[in-house]
Amino acid sequence: MVKFMLNREPKNFDGDGETPLLWVIRDFEKLTGTKFGCGIAQCGACTVHLDGVPIRSCVTPIGALEGASVTTIEGVSGEEATAVKAAWVAIDVPQCGYCQSGQIMSAIALLQSTRTPDDKDIDAAMSGNICRCATYHRIRQAIHNAATSMEG
Amino acid sequence: MTHVLTHVTRRSFLTGAGLVLGLLVAPRMRAFAAVDGAVAGGGSNLAQLNAFVKIAPDDTVTILSKHIEFGQGPFTGLATIVAEELDADWAQMRAVHSPADDKIYANLQFGIQGTGSSSSIANSYLQFRTAGATARAMLVSAAASAWGVPTDEVFVEKGRILHMGSGREAGFGQFAAMAALITPPADVKLKDPEKFVLIGQQLPKLDTVSKTDGTAIFTIDVIPDDLLVALVARPSHFGAKIKRFDDTEARKIEGVVDVKAVPQGVAVYASNTFAALKGRNAVDVEWDLSEAEIRSSDEIAAYYRTIVTQPGLQAAESGDLQRNKSGDDLLKLERELLFPFLAHAPMEPLDAVFVPSSDGILDIYTGAQFPDMDRKTAAKVIGIDPERVRLNTQIAGGSFGRKAQFGSPYMQEAAAVFAATDRTRPVKHMWTREDDIRGGWYRPLYLHRVSGSISKAGRIIDWNHSIVGQSVMGKAGLDETSVEGAAELPYEIPNLKVTAHNTKLAVPPLWWRSVGHSHTGFTVETFVDELLEMVGADPVQGRLALLKEDQRYAAVLARAAEIASWGKPPAAGRERGVALVKSFGTYVAQIAEVSRGPSGGPVVHKVWCAVDCGVAINPNVITAQMEGGIGYGLGAILFNAVTLGEGGAVVQSNFNDYRSLRINEMPDIEVAIIKSAAPPKGVGEPSVPPIGPAVANAWRRLTGARVTNLPINGLVTS
Repeated sequence: MVKFMLNREPKNFDGDGETPLLWVIRDFEKLTGTKFGCGIAQCGACTVHLDGVPIRSCVTPIGALEGASVTTIEGVSGEEATAVKAAWVAIDVPQCGYCQSGQIMSAIALLQSTRTPDDKDIDAAMSGNICRCATYHRIRQAIHNAATSMEG
Repeated sequence: MTHVLTHVTRRSFLTGAGLVLGLLVAPRMRAFAAVDGAVAGGGSNLAQLNAFVKIAPDDTVTILSKHIEFGQGPFTGLATIVAEELDADWAQMRAVHSPADDKIYANLQFGIQGTGSSSSIANSYLQFRTAGATARAMLVSAAASAWGVPTDEVFVEKGRILHMGSGREAGFGQFAAMAALITPPADVKLKDPEKFVLIGQQLPKLDTVSKTDGTAIFTIDVIPDDLLVALVARPSHFGAKIKRFDDTEARKIEGVVDVKAVPQGVAVYASNTFAALKGRNAVDVEWDLSEAEIRSSDEIAAYYRTIVTQPGLQAAESGDLQRNKSGDDLLKLERELLFPFLAHAPMEPLDAVFVPSSDGILDIYTGAQFPDMDRKTAAKVIGIDPERVRLNTQIAGGSFGRKAQFGSPYMQEAAAVFAATDRTRPVKHMWTREDDIRGGWYRPLYLHRVSGSISKAGRIIDWNHSIVGQSVMGKAGLDETSVEGAAELPYEIPNLKVTAHNTKLAVPPLWWRSVGHSHTGFTVETFVDELLEMVGADPVQGRLALLKEDQRYAAVLARAAEIASWGKPPAAGRERGVALVKSFGTYVAQIAEVSRGPSGGPVVHKVWCAVDCGVAINPNVITAQMEGGIGYGLGAILFNAVTLGEGGAVVQSNFNDYRSLRINEMPDIEVAIIKSAAPPKGVGEPSVPPIGPAVANAWRRLTGARVTNLPINGLVTS
């Protein structure tokens, strides 16, 4: 039995401890905003926050998460989350949209650690998130816009 | 039976459909579904004015998109077209996928329902304008009748119905049900494009919010209660068959429910995805390779070299290549280019969810690019009446052509997996990324040979281009999609010959974003560029001097040059390359600025892009498609090859070795849209073909190295 917090709610998981967090979130908790893209931590579609740090849930076994606090796109909140989501909507970042939960979770974590990121900070924080539609141009712009909006 | 499937007949489209009050989808009598997919055609309680327009009591207008939304913007574009003629307010517009129906929802270019060839807007433009204008006329009629005033005194503006004389005013919802009962007018007058108020505006996309807060439901997210998740152990080689398999270990895994052989491999059914993954890994399968493809990519290329100079299928011939062209004036050039297999690798791997119900209707949820073909195929495989199958197209995590397959081979697999169960539980069939990269249906491997000559004055005198590779259409004769972009050149060339050679491999081929243009554009534009360089001609001026009559080519090229400040030298250590490609009716010119990166390969700093797609329905979507297509094409030419290794197995397996472009590799992009009154064409694909040659041309001018073997960073080899 693993006890952990998911979006500020206590949860128990008593299945296979090897089960990646991704499938616990999706199959058992029915939170579907977090996506499966590769299963080997190459694409970032499964990005969630573990105790505030962005991780790839597809390679994180639930058995290692006793007492941990997990936040998904459905539960993420705060100034940075509000700013990032508003910036995403304002310039229509998504195309197919499948990777965007992961992109947004990475972007929020970036702004939480670096309030005014430059392009190199963005490259470093976001290069683990693949977008096959290549919306990168707008992702970069939206992150800059979100940072600017938090200044005011 | 608790729901009524209302199929609007073809005759009723825009004529009798008003008799149908809503597409009634009553709640299903089945177990509570934890996460439901979207039901095709939208919800109940909506008045249906015709096959494409529904209006709710709260004034929202829902358009039924016959085209799938997987990122290229048809929901927004088609809604814009309807809203324009309906005089709706943008804030009241919504979009859903239409039901699967090859007649009512046919792509007018294909003759069946389908999304592809960048045709969603092009084929729907008049149809959806008419649908909007007809719905408007019906609302006006209903309001006039209720108010007891002549119809010509009733106006519609920004989603409000108005009577000038009395000052009466109403929203669409108030008269929608009444309007739906009116016989639609046979001929409605469409707006003068000069008076468009929504078309041409930077309207926000309809699907952005749900794709930002995580609430958008894709096929993979459909998780009905009691769901079985199924994965198929698939062969290592194309054309391999199961010889024997042992499922003893797989069945021991907690959560694994069953293991069954299907024509495509061995299906493992489990109560959750991770158990299905573990179970599949535990199945021991021995494959029969007697009919499998066992040649490597290198061996296939060597075989193609023996064919490329042979007489082939004639795609174009003019002038006389054999005529002795003598004189010091002519400079000759000959090149061979090799293009690898490419996987589409959409973010969402292929998937489908089958939900049987006690009323005998089977619901299928999937990102269908040919929905009705998928529906009929599923019914055939499962052995049930197609009328009892309802296919609900879901938004999909990309496709780039992957989901458009004649005969629906993916659906054949998914349906076989469902059919092999007792058919009482919902089943989700899904592919993993490894299945996707190794599963075939690739952009074929092509070998090109091209020779030509140019005069010192910059006139191309002759051009002989031969293309070897699989026919995506499976044709015995000439496949136009193998030679599109090569057989009809923008440049005036008096002596021209273009030849194609169809080959047969066990590797299944498919169209990949921009189809033939994905390779022909590269060959044509790098070859022209090199010819021009041989005679010292400027890449922009040299092309302009060669162009035929069609002024739209010249206009996009001149515009790209203008926004790039062409003529002003780039920064030290950088070079610029040009490419110009028309595909799917849309003209695109790109200029790429490139330097040598720390790893020795090209770094693309900036791309200037000019596009003429006819009437620009939504410049926001057009710009996004130019940006995205550049990134998609750039990733492919820099990094991507699916390689058959020695013995014929695919070398690559996932995003670790089938590299995608990442944000640090994405150039800055500036897009200019040419103002045009020509009929609208597509934007989903046309920005892909020019980026490869633009970068290769810059790279050659920078380093002297020609790119003739893709990808440019050919780091992954067999």
